[in-house]
Amino acid sequence: MSVSQSFLDQIALSWDEYELIVERLGREPNELELGMFGALWSEHCGYKNSGPLLRILPSEGPFVLTRRGAENAGAVDIGDGLCVVMKIESHNHPSAIEPYQGAATGIGGIVRDVFAMGARPIALLDSLRFGPLNEQRNRYLFEGVVAGIAGYGNCLGIPTVGGEVYFERAYSQNPLINVMCVGVVLKEQLASARATGAGNPLMLVGADTGRDGLHGASGLASRTDPHARYDELRPAVQIGDPFLEKLLMEACLDLAHNHAEWIVGIQDLGAAGLTASSLESAARGGSGLEIDVAKVPRREEGMTPYEVMIAESQERMLIIVRKGHEDDVKALFDRWELRSTIIGVVTDDGLARIREGEREVARLPVGMLTEAPQYSRQGVPPAELAELQAFELDSLPDETEPGSALLRLLSRPTVAGKQWVYRQYDHHVLTNTADGPGGDAAVMRIRGTKKGIALCTDGNGRYCYLDPYAGGAIAVAEAARNVVCVGAQPVAITDCLNFGDPNRPEVYYQMEQVIGGMAAACAKLGVPVISGNVSLYNETGGEAVYPSPVIGMLGLLEDVSRRCPMAFAEEGQEVFLLGGGLEGDASALAGSEYLKEAHGLVAGRPSIDPDLEVRVQRAALEAIGEGLATACHDCSEGGLAVALAEMCIGGLGLDASGIKTGGRVDAALFGERQSRIVMAVAPEAGERLAEVAAAHDVPIAHIGRVAGQRLVLGSYVDLPVAELAVAYGGGVERALGT
Amino acid sequence: MRFAVIVFPGTWSDGDCYYVLNDILGQPTDYVWHREADLSPYDCIILPGGFSYGDYLRAGAIARFSPVMESVVRQAQVGKLVLGICNGFQILCEAGLLPGALIRNESLQYRCQWVNLRVENIDTPFTIACRQGQVLGIPIGHGEGRYYADAETLARLEAEGQVVFRYCDADGQATAEANPNGSANNIAGIVNERGNVLGMMPHPERASEALLGGEGGLPIWRSIIEASAPSAA
Repeated sequence: MSVSQSFLDQIALSWDEYELIVERLGREPNELELGMFGALWSEHCGYKNSGPLLRILPSEGPFVLTRRGAENAGAVDIGDGLCVVMKIESHNHPSAIEPYQGAATGIGGIVRDVFAMGARPIALLDSLRFGPLNEQRNRYLFEGVVAGIAGYGNCLGIPTVGGEVYFERAYSQNPLINVMCVGVVLKEQLASARATGAGNPLMLVGADTGRDGLHGASGLASRTDPHARYDELRPAVQIGDPFLEKLLMEACLDLAHNHAEWIVGIQDLGAAGLTASSLESAARGGSGLEIDVAKVPRREEGMTPYEVMIAESQERMLIIVRKGHEDDVKALFDRWELRSTIIGVVTDDGLARIREGEREVARLPVGMLTEAPQYSRQGVPPAELAELQAFELDSLPDETEPGSALLRLLSRPTVAGKQWVYRQYDHHVLTNTADGPGGDAAVMRIRGTKKGIALCTDGNGRYCYLDPYAGGAIAVAEAARNVVCVGAQPVAITDCLNFGDPNRPEVYYQMEQVIGGMAAACAKLGVPVISGNVSLYNETGGEAVYPSPVIGMLGLLEDVSRRCPMAFAEEGQEVFLLGGGLEGDASALAGSEYLKEAHGLVAGRPSIDPDLEVRVQRAALEAIGEGLATACHDCSEGGLAVALAEMCIGGLGLDASGIKTGGRVDAALFGERQSRIVMAVAPEAGERLAEVAAAHDVPIAHIGRVAGQRLVLGSYVDLPVAELAVAYGGGVERALGT
Repeated sequence: MRFAVIVFPGTWSDGDCYYVLNDILGQPTDYVWHREADLSPYDCIILPGGFSYGDYLRAGAIARFSPVMESVVRQAQVGKLVLGICNGFQILCEAGLLPGALIRNESLQYRCQWVNLRVENIDTPFTIACRQGQVLGIPIGHGEGRYYADAETLARLEAEGQVVFRYCDADGQATAEANPNGSANNIAGIVNERGNVLGMMPHPERASEALLGGEGGLPIWRSIIEASAPSAA
């Protein structure tokens, strides 16, 4: 056989896969052809390990307009003739090697996915995971990633309105950078990425093609342990030009909205460059195609057809032009000073033919390339799991100084306010941001309607590590709960699934279980997954990241003016806890931030009761819908005490001096039992809230009253709001030592 | 009155300004592409925020050479109102219509946050509907917004009342803590000597609806409309 092991390694194909290719093709592929297989059969493009698992996620619903994976992003109908388009994607491996450009080009890629559908991007969210900030390299990665997101997103003029940041040792070697983009488009202007109609030209628009980003999809994202070789791999990270992307976005939106009759489809060039974009659009259209690589504008001399076909140069789009409108489309791009070049044509023979001038350099059936083999493996629970879950939480001493414990928790970078991050992101541009970063969910108004959309990302990897099934379910439940807390009905999910090496049975087990838990929660809550991305091989030296599903949630508010804030707004309001009381059961400490902070432990078995979750969310939505709630917040990392402190940080205190915990104080105050929402209502509305809770069979407990400038919790905590604010507000900066 | 909102490649607050002027305030408004040469039909020209030409080289440095800028200069010379917001302020400084420069924020980072502005001079077409010393809540969003000018220029700006907005705290005190970017003398906005060209870093178009967190920008828009109304003469 002519192929070498080192080449197969470079394109991340196994010998078995090579033999499968030879068998299907009936001959040995040449180097270019094999490279194209490597790109399209990568996990990133071909989902060969995750595909069979992903199929169990519900993806349909009455408002869903796209089939999962059938377009660049998912779309849902939100009424008034409008639809929301959204997707989340990872840029983990590039960001680990070059944080600024890795994160910046992650933004570029996800934004292209959304405007390729004709949708105007109106919001970005970022879900980030790093190792602890006391290590210099983690500070470098964190600061670089935030600067990259800011540098690219701000220049584009798309507000970054939300997200989350976790700091955990499991992400030290493999940070996770997941970025989500949300767009809005008139339903009739929704564009497609299909290449159809033999004879229609393929036009490449935007940046010239260089050798940047060779083997990004296959080399970086489909193997483990790239970090040992930073410098060597840095050329596989692309360099972004946000100004060019901005022009590309405006031009493509002009084309999709005002001249749709000139085109058949729009497709972005992302992972695996021209290979993936052209072949995926041909596969969607059931077509073939012919490309002449000699026509592709280059920024470097001497590039081979192989390099041209797989380079991941940024800021490029492929337009499938309707024959006869070549000049019209070109004139439109000329106005934006963008280069546009016809590089090929759609055919009807189902073949991908690549030429360099007159010489044919590859000829492959489209279907063979885009149908990657699918692997189902046998998962095995990690050896330490049973022991971790069985840990006797009750054997730990109870907290004796809850006040100082609360201050320490509020200061922890994972819990603390993220102003240091989001003040670097423009979150106001486009003037739709009703509630920006810092709350349970961001709220964007939809111009020309009374509606609003609520957006958040969620996913606690520690829970998934300790119980992948429950953790997957909690990620979905918490994301839904967060949009419910601002008064929005959860509508749809985009998910980014981050795991280690799927060839290890322990990792495969985590994937199966997490996705199983997510699927169950999606079904229970009636929320489909409309788009997403899978990132595997996030591990170094056999140490994988925590299994980390990130859920991007879309919620819909019929009337944006009726949304509910997080902070206490008025003295004298009565504060209630929906979903559970103050009984301090040690099990609530499982996987909690408190357990990590106070005892240095990651242990126990997190759990969720999906039926209770649904009832709590329905009760909260009804209460907010009736206008009862004046403030609302869910209990998450840090438990009830942290949730109440966050509601105080707006300036008003809480007198809950009357509360008494049952059992353990630490579990009652800082335990992270799921399905709990704190709500403040006017004194006269308390009775009605109790009725709503009872109607949904939801436990309700009176906590206290909004008053003064102190947070008083029974005999446990008595702290000035100003001190809470200092702990919470400066947590990240103190950890950075700035 | 008729407004022109200039669009350079890379401008992104054009739609936000247009929405406030056209949809909220009901003023006839047009987008004007940077290649247009004639701005004579307009009473007020807005240079909106964004990253014109990517702000590569230096913020506003390339946009000032756009064809439309010749016309902006001409209209300014005949006394038409010109308002540069954020990147627009940077372009006006680069074009020499306003003195000084906007350099990188003292923090060396982009800053997006609500700030308070004290109105220092109500005797301009951009502030006649304000009260002297009024505090306006308006957001900023910039990485290069630190106003700089030499001591002589600063002294002249102060003496001539050309400093129109100053960063301040909620009580109107121009403290160092209230200065988000290290601007000289807490300067957030200035006018030219004639008073018809205003540059400001904060975004009044982002503070023109209660739904979005505040209406501190409205007095500025109302001033412009009032100043141009026949009855104002």
